[in-house]
Amino acid sequence: MLEVRALRKSYGNLLAVAGVSWKAGAGETVGLLGPNGAGKTTTVSMIAGLLRPDAGEVLIEGRALAGDADPIKRQIGLVPQDLALYDELSALANLELFAALYDLKHAPAKAAIESALELVGLADRIGDRVKTFSGGMKRRLNLAAALLHDPQILLLDEPTVGVDPQSRNAIFDNLETLKKRGKTLLYTTHYMEEAERLCDRVVIIDHGKVIADDTPRGLSRMLPLSNVLTIELEGSTDGLSADQLQALGEVRSVQLHGGTLRIGVRDLATETPKILQWLVDRGHPYRHVVSERADLETVFLTLTGRSLRDS
Amino acid sequence: MITPLRALIRKDIRLFLADQRALTMSVIAPIAIASFFGYALGGAGSQTQTSKIPVLVSDQDDDAISRAIVTRLSSEKSLAVKPASADEARAAVRKGSASVAVVIPQGFGQDAGRAFFSSSQKPEIAVLYDPSHAAERSMVQGILSGDVMQVVSQEMFGGSRGRALLKEELNRVETSSNLAAPDRESLVDLLKSAERWSDSTLAGAGMSRGLSMPYTTREEAVTSRQGIQYNGYAHAFAGMAVQFVLFLGIDVGIGLLLQRQRGLWKRFRAAPLSRATLLGSRIVSAAILAFVIVLINFLFARLVFGVRVEGSMPGFLGVAAAFALMTAAFGLLIAALGKTPDATRGLAILATLFMVMLGGAWVPMFLFPQWLQKVTLVMPTRWAIDGFEAMTWRGLGFASALQPIAIQLLFALLFGALALARFRWEAEG
Repeated sequence: MLEVRALRKSYGNLLAVAGVSWKAGAGETVGLLGPNGAGKTTTVSMIAGLLRPDAGEVLIEGRALAGDADPIKRQIGLVPQDLALYDELSALANLELFAALYDLKHAPAKAAIESALELVGLADRIGDRVKTFSGGMKRRLNLAAALLHDPQILLLDEPTVGVDPQSRNAIFDNLETLKKRGKTLLYTTHYMEEAERLCDRVVIIDHGKVIADDTPRGLSRMLPLSNVLTIELEGSTDGLSADQLQALGEVRSVQLHGGTLRIGVRDLATETPKILQWLVDRGHPYRHVVSERADLETVFLTLTGRSLRDS
Repeated sequence: MITPLRALIRKDIRLFLADQRALTMSVIAPIAIASFFGYALGGAGSQTQTSKIPVLVSDQDDDAISRAIVTRLSSEKSLAVKPASADEARAAVRKGSASVAVVIPQGFGQDAGRAFFSSSQKPEIAVLYDPSHAAERSMVQGILSGDVMQVVSQEMFGGSRGRALLKEELNRVETSSNLAAPDRESLVDLLKSAERWSDSTLAGAGMSRGLSMPYTTREEAVTSRQGIQYNGYAHAFAGMAVQFVLFLGIDVGIGLLLQRQRGLWKRFRAAPLSRATLLGSRIVSAAILAFVIVLINFLFARLVFGVRVEGSMPGFLGVAAAFALMTAAFGLLIAALGKTPDATRGLAILATLFMVMLGGAWVPMFLFPQWLQKVTLVMPTRWAIDGFEAMTWRGLGFASALQPIAIQLLFALLFGALALARFRWEAEG
């Protein structure tokens, strides 16, 4: 069980985390979502004991961290955003070192290393130097290094940054396996589709504050819209503004990027013809129209008025 | 707590051994440079020849006296004498291809002989010298004075010109109206005695006719014990080992900054490890590496150049261990003060070169001004080099190692304390 209570952290005048609180139970995967600079990594760093909160507390199994060498830290496995590995050493040498940090040696260390490498599918590369690994393999080894001491809570700080779709899927599979084993996962990302696929609950942070905390389905229910209409326009968009469209009665949200409009609507069947006609009447013919169900990206947009990746 | 500590130390040593650049910089570079410097500084005792001072001589007189002077100068073992015209000699000194040139003017023999017996005008030998080689000028001038005095006096008391000049001087004295009778009588007696000495056959009995220096010199390099010779490689290896091991210290600091940059520091800090374990492991691994590198350097010097620990072996090991600890603490200080690896590396190298230069690793400290020599007392590098020299070719006992050891340990404590005070424990969020 992991709980953060009113966590607060500033860097000089910059308030990075402004009193966030949430809980994650055993076997639960919680997504910490927010754009770059929202305070996700700072929150994870405070949970892992890397940063001292200015206020608030982190409770692991009901107990607050007490100092650098507190044995309760064994309950936590950290997968940093960076590839925290020694390229010059073999996978085995890296994992032996990280196992030893938790006092694991000899047979228990060997078993833990084999099990972790098996999970991430790198058992056959155990003796190879990390510098010979692909980016995706390094990401998987980065994950394996956090599993050696069998932590109950796994903190995953954007663990799929810069990996190809195949490796990303492999990492998701690994995490789903861990979830089935009853581990608590805290997964930070700014990819909504990752959170939707993996998380039981999503905590959305922006500017250091929790702006939503619910299941993906619950968050969707918060939306005044249920569908998104994507319209590719033909020709110039001069004279077309999001505000004009927003003024149409049933339009919930509007984004205009280049020649593409993303419009949130509740009733697709009735609203779509009206919107398309409105565009044609004002000299903005369209080339292509796609509709999709509203996702967490839309949730973020609705809650903050900004797109996650543009933030 | 021992398992993580050991693992962290072992990791640092493995990383060092896996890094070809670090190995080259720490082991091969100091050996290569120290070998060169050692050779340039005089090598090992009598095994190498002392370099000769290049001297050009222009003999414009070309008579018996000037030729004899040139012959004597040429036979000096510390000079490399070559003939040249006055213009050539001046041009060569100006260009720096000769340190000193001697120009013997026309009529020198005649004028020097006259000046020997009377107060007539003394002839002038021009000594042209390169201002950057003032010490060599003094040496050549000293040798030249002795040679000229010997050659001129020999000629005056036995040579044909000497006899002619004696006669000339005797006539002048006997006909002089300026001298009082008793003085004239004494001078005539003296000159006649000299004339008789010139004509005698005593020279054949092994007696020198001319004046010679009333002493000879015996040169003795004072080292630990009789029979122990100074070994220039000892100083060179001490200096270069100190320099390159300090470079290793820089790598220790930069390594910590890189760990921070690459997220490894987060992984270490997330583990249940005390700060003492995290930093202590770095200090211990760096100190082990520094100590071993010093030993490898001196082992090479021992096997190839005969540099021995003539003094106390425990003292030598103590100096090496204290220096290794100081280096490790220096590395930690770099990590504590530095922000990014790239920005820190340049400044750290500059600081290290400064310490090494003032420590006397490159040039002997006696070349520094007096005030600067006092400044070097606050350089840990100076104490390391002094300590190594005391224990090697100077052959001093353990007591002489205590001060260098204590001062380096004090620096290690100072650097360590500063590093702990300034170390940024919190990873950036």
